[in-house]
Parts: sequence; structure tokens; C-alpha cells
Amino acid sequence: MKITKKEVEHVAHLARLNLSEQELEKMTEQLDNLLSYVAKLDELDTENIRPTTHAFSISNAFREDRVQNSLSRKEALANSPKQNDEYFIVPRIL
Amino acid sequence: MHPYELTICQALEKLGSGELSSRELTLSCLDRITAVDDRIKAFIRVDPDHALAMADRADARKGSGALCGIPVSIKDLLCTKGIATTCGSKILENFIPPYNAAVIDKLENEGAVILGKTSMDEFAMGSTSETCAFKVPENPWKKGYVAGGSSGGSAASVAACECLASLGSDTGGSIRQPASLCGIVGMKPTYGRVSRYGLIAYASSLDQVGPFARDVRDCALMMNVLAGYDSKDSTSVRIEKPDYTKSLIKGMKGMRVGVPREYFGEGLDPEVEGAVKNGITLLREAGAEIVDVSLPHTDYCVAVYYLIAPAEASSNLARYDGVHYGHRDMSADSLIDMYKESRSAGFGAEVKRRILLGTYALSSGYYDAYYKKASQVRTIIMNDFKKAFEICDVLISPVAPTPAWKFGATGDDPLAMYLSDIFSISANLAGIPGISVPGGFSREGLPIGIQLQGPHFKEEVLFKVAYNIEQCLDIYNKRPVL
Repeated sequence: MKITKKEVEHVAHLARLNLSEQELEKMTEQLDNLLSYVAKLDELDTENIRPTTHAFSISNAFREDRVQNSLSRKEALANSPKQNDEYFIVPRIL
Repeated sequence: MHPYELTICQALEKLGSGELSSRELTLSCLDRITAVDDRIKAFIRVDPDHALAMADRADARKGSGALCGIPVSIKDLLCTKGIATTCGSKILENFIPPYNAAVIDKLENEGAVILGKTSMDEFAMGSTSETCAFKVPENPWKKGYVAGGSSGGSAASVAACECLASLGSDTGGSIRQPASLCGIVGMKPTYGRVSRYGLIAYASSLDQVGPFARDVRDCALMMNVLAGYDSKDSTSVRIEKPDYTKSLIKGMKGMRVGVPREYFGEGLDPEVEGAVKNGITLLREAGAEIVDVSLPHTDYCVAVYYLIAPAEASSNLARYDGVHYGHRDMSADSLIDMYKESRSAGFGAEVKRRILLGTYALSSGYYDAYYKKASQVRTIIMNDFKKAFEICDVLISPVAPTPAWKFGATGDDPLAMYLSDIFSISANLAGIPGISVPGGFSREGLPIGIQLQGPHFKEEVLFKVAYNIEQCLDIYNKRPVL
């Protein structure tokens, strides 16, 4: 086993997802299967190989620090499921 | 011939001479959509009023603009101001972007007419478009067969003549594979060639926007409009862009076409192999030198991709929190529960699977073993391509191991579906451009595409070689009967 049900449950919590018992069973099996497959990368020696994070690397993409047009508050809030024309509303935190 | 059957080049000529108006052409496409889209299901949303208003504006411009009056469709993950953009997901069902993607602005500036938004795998995660929460597109060439994915709706809409061209995105083959399965031309440009601003992110180091068209010249015309630096995309590359239509020249003298031997092994459908081999013969006859090349780490590409893409996705999709936009569960009374309930109800199974896989690969204690390891092997794969392009100008190969398959055929086995991406995902890992050009048909009448891949920013070479294949085969006027 590459991954246990308990680990999947933990990862689901980290990813802010709820899984039903049935989903948990199935995901565990499928993730185990996938992790067993990707283990083939261990066949390769990658010591001293630089990891690639971007296919075409460019150094800092700066622009002039100048104020430009941006979304109005109304536009920025327009898609929110809950807002009061001033703020996004979330369930009570404290 | 109906106006909707025209290529962009043919339509531009008729629009320019006054023989046809954009309103007439747009109405023709809208009628075609009404007639066939119940079966094809390429469109999640069609907006006739918006399209006709754009057509009238195009008619008033009297032809100024490279795509003036041309009706196109847009994959539903490119933000269109004021037009719902769902990414094929319930979580974004009611999302109305407050701005346009950079490529949408470019199309509008050149006078293109946007007909609507096309069906796709949820968050572009899939190879058949079957994970779309709303509609699953069907292959225009055969009932009951997939159009491919994830840009299946875009490819199907162009193949079924519901529009003249389309925009899609390609993270692991999502333009080239559906283009292959639907018998049209589709290009994944070099990473950084086309702005990703306003493209809803799946895996940011792999995603790239690109065009679908019915022939190579139309595809080149689309790229002329799409390519170019954008200060709003920090990975956009400031490099000159050629006029791609200038490279459409017959004759392959002086060009070296590489055949990667690892792409012709076990699991390749004999009819697909036959079509690609035929393409190689045509190019040799046109004067190309055919070179045997090796991409020795091809077998590791799927494993690398299915760690890096889910890892980036798990991070990108963290933004769907039920606060700023998208679905929200209103019953939860704590913040964490609200996040969990909203996300669990909004995302489909494939998206959840990739988020979980990615979160795991990035999580403490596993990062080095999975994400870092995959990123190192990615370097090895890029070096394979670098070496290959020292001895050839372009690589020829299949796009997908088989022609289109039946709905449901990949069943409940994600790995089986992932493995079908084997020939297309390496271009994304290496950031190089790729194109799918029609190479023939199977005995069942399903299209087979040929893939060409080139060095970074050498799209014009791909267009030249694709054009030679297209002109020699002379099948580009063949359309599905609907």
C-alpha cells in the first residue's frame, strides 16, 4: 500500500474536501494505484539534476510602478455569493 | 455551399468583396448550431444577440481587422466579460467574469464574432470531455464516440461547421488530441507565446492557449492574432512573432524530420501507425530528410505529468473557497465547514482526485519524493528534446495512440485514461509547440491526426510541415455528414 485510508482522510482535510465513506474507499484505491504507477520515477537517478519549475524560464518580469485602472469595488464584489456592497461576508471566525 | 462551411480565408474574401456580410455568416452559423448542436453538444452557452451585435459592428468596420466578421467559439475557461464562464464546473456555474481574457480582447480587436462558450472537461481535467458538469460533446464523425478532451466542445464545434474557428487550451494535449479525434487542425503554441491572462488556471507551468481551425492556413491566421507579449502575464515572452502564413510553402527540401522511435511501440493502433508512416513518406517525397531520433525518457512522461499537473492544480484550485466567487454552501456555520461543503458540492470526482493527489505530492514529508523528483525528471525530458532538435528540425509522431473511442470506454480507471496522453504531454513538460494535422481516416471513418513538435518558438516550422502534409493528402475539404 502506497497510501492508507487515514492518509487520504488527512489530505482531504488539508485540501478542504469532505469525502463520503464510499468516496474515501474509492479514492484510496485509485490514489494507491496512481502512486504505485508514478513510483517508476525511482528507477531514474536524479542526483544533482536541477528541478524544472517553468518550461521557459525568464527572470523577473517587472513593469513600471504606475497606478492603472482596476476593478471597481462593485465589480469585484459582483460574483460573491454573500456580500454587503462593501465586504465579502464569511461565517463568524472568532 | 453554405456560408458556415467556409474556411476563414474563403469567408474573408467574400466579406471583403461584399458578397457576404458578417450578419449573414453569423446567422448561418447560428442556424447550423440550432440544427446540429442537440447531437454535437459542443456549446454550453450560445449568445445569439451578443454575436449578432458583434457581427453588425464588424460589418460597420468594413473589413478592418485580421478576423473581421469571422464567427468563432471559445472554450468555457477563457474569461469573457459579461458572459458566464463555467470551466465546465458546477462550482463556477454562475460566474460572470468582470474582464476579458487577453486573447478575447485580441479577437475582438480584430473584429471576430464570438458565438458562445464550448463544453470541456471540468477544469480541463480529462481526455474525453466526459467530466463536464453540463454537456458532453460528441464526435461529429460518429455517433456514440467521444470528441476528445479537454477542449472537446471547441474541436467538435469547428469540425461540425458550427463556427469557423475556436480557442482552446492545452495542458497535456487538450488542443491537439481533440483536434486529432475530430479531424481538424489544432495548435499548442510554445509556453509563453500566447498570453494566459484570463485563462482559468489548471496547471500554470503547463497551460497554454491555442487555436482550432479547419485547415492549416486558418490556424496560422488565428496564431497571427493570438501570439505576442502581454505585460499582464508574467510568463509571457517578449520575442518577435513572424507572419505565420508566410511559412505555408510547398516543398520540404533542406528540412530534417525526426521520427522518435519510442513513439512507435506497443499500444499504438496499427491504423494510427499507418497514417503517421504515410505522412512520413509524403514528407520524404516532398524532399525532407527523415532522421531516426530517440526520446529515451518518453516512458516517464505520464508519471511526471500526473504529479506536476495535480500539484499545481491543488494550489490553483484552492481559490474556490465560496467567498469571492463560485458556489457556496449557505448552511455551514463555521468557516472551515463552509469551505469544505462548498468545495465538495462544487467539484466533480476527477477534480477531487487530482486535488487530493496534488495535495499529497506537495505535503510535508512527501514533497521531495514526488513533486521534486518529478520536476527533476522533467529536466531530463527537456534535455531529451534539446538533443533531438540538434539533429532534426521537427518531430513527427501520433497525437493519440488510437482514433476516437466510445463514451464510457475508459470507465472508472483513471490510470488507463491518463496513459492515453502519452504522446501529447511531453510537449507541455518541455514547453515546446505542437500541432495536430489530419492524417487520414480509420476503416470505421474516424479521423486520425499527425503530431508535429518543434523547438521553442518555432511555430512557423510546424505550420510549414503541417501545410505540406495537408496539401499532399488533400483530405482537408472532407467534412462529417450530419
